[in-house]
Amino acid sequence: MTEPILETRGLTKRFGALVASDGVSIDLRPGEIHAVIGPNGAGKSTLIGQICGTVIPDEGSVHFQGHDVTDETVAARAGRGLGRTFQVSALAMEDTVLQNTLLGALSASSSPWRLWRSVLNDRDLVARADAALGRVGLSDRRATRCADLSHGQRRQLEVAVALTLSPRAFVMDEPMAGLGAEGSKALTAFLDGLRDKAPILLVEHDMDAVFALADRISVLAEGRILATGTVAEIRADPEVRTAYLGEDA
Amino acid sequence: MIPERFLNALLLGGLLGVALLADWRDEPFTITLATRATILAIAATGLNLALGLGGLVSLGHAVFFGLGGYAMGILAFHAQTYAPVELGPLAIEGTTSMPLIWVTAIAVSSLAALVIGLLSLRTSGVYFIMITLAFGQMFFYFAVSWSAYGGEDGLSIYVRNGFPGLNTLDPIQFFSLCFVLLCLVLVLWSRLARSPFGLALNAARQVPARVETVGLDPKRLKLAAFVLSGAITGLAGALFADLNRFVSPSMFSWQLSGELIVLVILGGVARLCGPVAGAMLFVALEHWLGGLTEFWHVWLGAILLLIVLFAKGGLVGLLSGRPASHD
Amino acid sequence: MSAVLVIEQVLNGLQAGVMLFLMAAGLTLIFGVMGLINLAHGSLYMVGAFAAAAVSAATGSFLLGLVSALAAAALAGAVVEMLVIRRLYASDHLDQVLATFALILIFSEGTRWLYGSFPLYLDIPAWLSGPTRLPGGILYPTYRLALIAVGLVVALGLWVLIERTRLGIRIRAGENDREMIAALGVDISRLYTLIFALGAALAGLAGALVGAIQSVQVGMGEPVLILAFVVIVIGGIGSIRGAFVGALLVGLTDTLGGIFLPELFKFFTDPATAQSVGASLASMSIYILMSLVLIWRPTGLFGARA
Repeated sequence: MTEPILETRGLTKRFGALVASDGVSIDLRPGEIHAVIGPNGAGKSTLIGQICGTVIPDEGSVHFQGHDVTDETVAARAGRGLGRTFQVSALAMEDTVLQNTLLGALSASSSPWRLWRSVLNDRDLVARADAALGRVGLSDRRATRCADLSHGQRRQLEVAVALTLSPRAFVMDEPMAGLGAEGSKALTAFLDGLRDKAPILLVEHDMDAVFALADRISVLAEGRILATGTVAEIRADPEVRTAYLGEDA
Repeated sequence: MIPERFLNALLLGGLLGVALLADWRDEPFTITLATRATILAIAATGLNLALGLGGLVSLGHAVFFGLGGYAMGILAFHAQTYAPVELGPLAIEGTTSMPLIWVTAIAVSSLAALVIGLLSLRTSGVYFIMITLAFGQMFFYFAVSWSAYGGEDGLSIYVRNGFPGLNTLDPIQFFSLCFVLLCLVLVLWSRLARSPFGLALNAARQVPARVETVGLDPKRLKLAAFVLSGAITGLAGALFADLNRFVSPSMFSWQLSGELIVLVILGGVARLCGPVAGAMLFVALEHWLGGLTEFWHVWLGAILLLIVLFAKGGLVGLLSGRPASHD
Repeated sequence: MSAVLVIEQVLNGLQAGVMLFLMAAGLTLIFGVMGLINLAHGSLYMVGAFAAAAVSAATGSFLLGLVSALAAAALAGAVVEMLVIRRLYASDHLDQVLATFALILIFSEGTRWLYGSFPLYLDIPAWLSGPTRLPGGILYPTYRLALIAVGLVVALGLWVLIERTRLGIRIRAGENDREMIAALGVDISRLYTLIFALGAALAGLAGALVGAIQSVQVGMGEPVLILAFVVIVIGGIGSIRGAFVGALLVGLTDTLGGIFLPELFKFFTDPATAQSVGASLASMSIYILMSLVLIWRPTGLFGARA
C-alpha cells in the first residue's frame, strides 16, 4: 500500500461539553478522492479546521507528506502544498478575478516581498494565474470584479486560486454548495480529472457528486468516524444506512 | 466627471502653482501654507499606506510624526550647543544636515513602528484602534516629562537645517524640497500599491483567511505596511519641525493622529492623491474658516460628519465619480 | 517611606480607578451591545462637569449640580445617539472613529464658544470637605472617600441591573443576538438609545465628581477617555467585570507608579536623575502594563477568546 500524503491520528477537539472531533483518524492517498460525509453538526468543519491549521486539536496529530504539522500555522501548511477551498467563498471581492488568482501565484513563486515592480508586468506570475483560470474555464472573466461574479463562478475561482499553488493535496469544503445541477456536473467532471495531479479530501453534501467521484468515503457522525470504505461498502453498510442515510436497514 | 489620473495631476499642479504664484507676488506666508499642506500630505500618505492599503485604522500615527520631529529637534539642538547626544557609551554628534536628520527620523520612526506594530497587531479591529491611540498618549506624556528637551514647553531651533546646494531659509526653496519629497513618496506609494506586496496586502485587508491559505502571513504583510507607513510619517515630522523650527509634545498628541485620519478621509482613502487633496482642503479650511471665526473646528467637525454620513469616497471620489474603492 | 503614605496613595489609586470605571463601563457597554467605538465619550464627561459647575454655581447646591450633570449628559447622549450615532451601527470602525472624532470637535469648540477657554471651578460642598480620620489614625479627604463609595455603589448597581433585571436580560440578549432580541418584540432602537444615554450619564457623573477636585475645562475628557480605552483593552471589550478590574489596576498603577518609581530609582542613581527618569517611566507605566497584558492575553483579562 502506498504511503498516505495526508493523515490524521486520533484527532480530538472539545468545545465545552461538545465533542466536535472524537479520535478521528483519516488518511488521503496519492491519486484518490476521499470524501467525508455526515449530517450537519457531525464535526466536518472542525476536522477541516484541524487539518488546515485554523483549529488546534486537544489531542492527536496531523501529518502531511511525512511531517508532523500539528503545531504549524495555516501559512506553513499551505507552504508545504496543502491547497484549500472554502465553503463560503473567501475572495477579495473588490479585486478582479485575475488579481485573486495572482495572489496564489505570487505566494507560490515566493515574491510577495517585491515592492516595486507592478505585479501585472511579471509575465511568469500572470502566465501561471492565466493557466489556472484556463483550467477552470474562467479565462474570459479575468478582468471582472469578483463581486460581480455569479455564485458558480466564485466556486470555480476558489478552485483556480488553489490550483495556482500546485498543491500536493487538496482539502475542499463543499465545493458544490449552491451550484445548480449543470454547475455540479461540470465541477464533478473537472475534479475527476484533478485527482491525478493531487489527491482530494472532499467534504461534500451533494451525494450524486460524492458517489460519482469518491474512491473512498468516510462517514462522520457526532465527531466520530462511523465507517470508511469504498462507495459500494458504504452503500451496503447497515449502520451507515440507519445512522446517516436515514433508511431502514 | 474627471478621470482620477487627470485629477491627481491637477492637484499636484495646483499645489505647485499656488506656491510659485505666491513667490512671484512675494507672499511668503502663502508659500508657508503650501509647504504646510505639502508636509501634511506626506504624513497622510504614510498613513494612507497602513490605513488605505492595509486597512489598519491607526489612531496613533502622531507617534511617528512626533518622533521625526524630535529626531530633528534633538540633533539640531545638540548641533547648536556643540554637545554630542550621549546614548550610554555612544556619543553622536548633533547635525544640521537635512539628509542626515531625515535618515535618523526614518530609522527611529520605523523602529518604533516595528515595536508598536508587533504589539498592536496581536489584536485587530477596535482593539487595534484603542491600542495605537494609547501608545500615542504614552509618547505624548513621555515627551511632556522629558525635561532635557524642553518637556511641556517644547524645543525651539534657531536655525533652519541645511540641504547641500540650497538656501533652505528661502521659502520657495524649502517648499520645493518638500514638494519633491512628496512626489517621491507618492511614486513609492503607487508602485507599492501595484506590486506583488500591494496585491497581497490588499487581500490581507479583505480576506486574511484566504491569504493564509495561500501560504502568506497576513500579519507580517500588515506589519511591513505599518513600518513603511511609520517611516514616511516620521520623515514628514522632521520636515514639519523644520518648517516651524520648533518641536513640542503636541506633535505626539491624539488630536494630530485624528487629524491625519481626517486628511486621508477628506481626500479619499486608498486613493493615491487622496491625502494631497485632504491636506490642501484642510489647510485651506484652517486658513479661511480660522480667519472668520476662532471656533472653526466646529465647522470642520460638521463638514467631517457630513462626509462620513453622505460622501464616502472623499473629495477625490466625489470629483472623479468613482465610488469608494472599499468601505 | 511611611505606611501612612502608602495607604494614602492606595486610596488615591482606588479613587482614580473607580472614576475610570464609570467612564469605561459606559464605553464597554456601548461597544458590547451596539458594536460602536465612541471617541466622543470624553465629551459627555465634559458635558457633565460643565453642567454640574454651572448649576451648582447658580444654585449653590452641589447635589443639584450632580443631578443636572446626570441629566445633561444623558440628554446629550440620547440626542447625539438619535441624530448621528444610530446611523453608524452598521458602519465600519473607521467611519465610527471619524464621526465621533467630528463630534469631539463640535462638542469641544462649541463649549469653548459658550463658556470661553478659562476653566470653571466646582466647589466641594461643606459637608464633604475636610479630612476624615480612618482606623489607624490616617487623615484622608472625606470627598475622595465619598468618590470611592459612589464608584463602588454604581458598580454594584450596574451589576444588579445587568444580572438581575429585565433591562439587563435585554442588554445581554442584545450582545449575543440582535435578531433574537428584535424577534422578542423589543424596540431595539429605543433600547440602544437607552443604553447610550445610560453610558453617557455615567460619564457625566464621573466628570462632575472629578470636576470638583480638578478644574472644569474644555479638553478635560479626552485624556480620561484614552485611559478608559487602556482599561477596556486590559479588561476585555464588552466585559463590565473586566472594566472594573482593569480600572482599578490602571488607577493603582498610575498613582503608585508616579510616587514610587522615582523613589525606587533613588536606590540606583542620584536624586535628580532618579526624579526625572522615574517620572518619565511612571508616565509610561500603564502603557507598559497594557503591553504586558496584550502579550499575555490579546483579548484582555475577561475578553472573549478569539
